[in-house]
Amino acid sequence: MSDPTETVEAMLARIPYAQFLGMTIEMAGDEMTAILPFGQHIVGNPVLPAIHGGVLGAFMEMTALAQLLLTEGQARQPRVIDVSIEYLRSGRPLTTYARAEIKKVGRRIANVHVEAWQDRRAAPIAALRGHFLVTPTEPKS
Amino acid sequence: MRNFVQNMNQGSPQAVALKLETVSLDKTGAVLKVPYDEKLIGDPETGVIAGGVVTTLLDHACGQAVHTGLTEFKTIATLDLRIDYMRPAKVGKDIYAKAHCYKVTRSVAFVRAIAYDDDPEDPVAAAQAAFMLDSSGGRGFGANLKARKDRK
Repeated sequence: MSDPTETVEAMLARIPYAQFLGMTIEMAGDEMTAILPFGQHIVGNPVLPAIHGGVLGAFMEMTALAQLLLTEGQARQPRVIDVSIEYLRSGRPLTTYARAEIKKVGRRIANVHVEAWQDRRAAPIAALRGHFLVTPTEPKS
Repeated sequence: MRNFVQNMNQGSPQAVALKLETVSLDKTGAVLKVPYDEKLIGDPETGVIAGGVVTTLLDHACGQAVHTGLTEFKTIATLDLRIDYMRPAKVGKDIYAKAHCYKVTRSVAFVRAIAYDDDPEDPVAAAQAAFMLDSSGGRGFGANLKARKDRK
């Protein structure tokens, strides 16, 4: 089996929208951090300026998908069933990080929580909880 | 209002990058469109637009619907956004979002929205959102972004 980190990196490289956002991942041991560098094109409100709330939601959604691929291995990309996004602080013009925690994976559904932060890990800017339709590579017996 | 919304689209770099466009806007709410674009594909095997694009479209449409529900301009900020994805959007089709602000209180506005490609009766996604009104808390636009002295 190929290196899961490479699989995730290859997946992001193949997804045009991930390239559009400019999203990458970094591994520290088995812990994945998704990285969204700041860029003009992700600004929602230019007066502040603040990152578009939709972009933060999208970034956390992609982080959850990448985490599922990394730890569960998926025959194909999981489908998003629903997400609930909480906005805690405005996204300032800084690099944004996100980490996902898989709370439960069943035969069909995965529940994933994601948290995004910028300069202070203890001061998250947004959180996402979501359900995803999964298709494991090896059927669980 | 129309001019303001045009600013909200043309003045927002992310809205420009997605080519978001307000199709209609009145007291009943806002309808926005994101054109199909290959650079927004989320699943390269099928060519379906990324769910994140629908998220941004719905957030933007909900924000504009809040302004239609207000009698004067107020700064707003998304508090939460819940989205159900019912089916993948059709490949090659533009996606629309129709948002309606159904309740405004002193501090919070509540919005519902759906995203669809051909038929509003067969939606791609549905959203429910809450927005804080006067998000800068009377301290002036963007005050919440400035460094606070009491921060550790």
